Amino acid sequence: MSIKVRYFAGLREQMGRTEETLVADGIANVHDVWKCISQGQTMAETDNIIAAVNMDYAKPDSPVKDGDEVAFFPPVTGG
Amino acid sequence: MAVRISAMPFDPLQELASAQAGMPEIQGKIGATAIFIGAMRDFNDNDDVQAMTLEHYPGMTERQLEAIIAQTRQQWPIVDALIVHRVGSVLPGDTLVLIAVWSAHRSAAFDACRHILEELKTRAPFWKKEVLTDGERWVEHNTPA
Repeated sequence: MSIKVRYFAGLREQMGRTEETLVADGIANVHDVWKCISQGQTMAETDNIIAAVNMDYAKPDSPVKDGDEVAFFPPVTGG
Repeated sequence: MAVRISAMPFDPLQELASAQAGMPEIQGKIGATAIFIGAMRDFNDNDDVQAMTLEHYPGMTERQLEAIIAQTRQQWPIVDALIVHRVGSVLPGDTLVLIAVWSAHRSAAFDACRHILEELKTRAPFWKKEVLTDGERWVEHNTPA
């Protein structure tokens, strides 16, 4: 399956890229995506990472399917 | 209802005037207009702030702001609402956000306007990066109300 992964703000700078396409098997949820792109780190080990799937807020156990856009970013600070 | 993301400086009162000019059908129906205008400060956390960059997640931002207005409409009898939010390079004094709410009576207008602002600060994917005299830093959390 193929997942578009996007990063924003401080996390984008830490990752050194704005987006990438993840092609891998066995991805069932947001947490699986995070493990793939962070060399096996769990989301609990990483402070303050928020996720969205197809532009809706998601949790680590939210399902992910082929073609989805998954984004990771720090807490929002607008307004 | 309208949501607009602006990469250029905007005049909040002009935005308000053009929004109202564009909806003549509600004149006479609205007894109350509540507005909130948020501007950039030149200080934060005891530091001087010279400028700021506002990043956002295009698409998700609009989606979340529209959802906030829709959900607010379920809670209060408002006639219409407008959100304009700035992105890009910003200077102290620039308007960052305008929220306008129109309703028949003042209570719903005030309450819904406040609600939209607090929800925006929690849910809309914007991030602020400040330029200080000695470097840059991401704002990690919003200041309390």
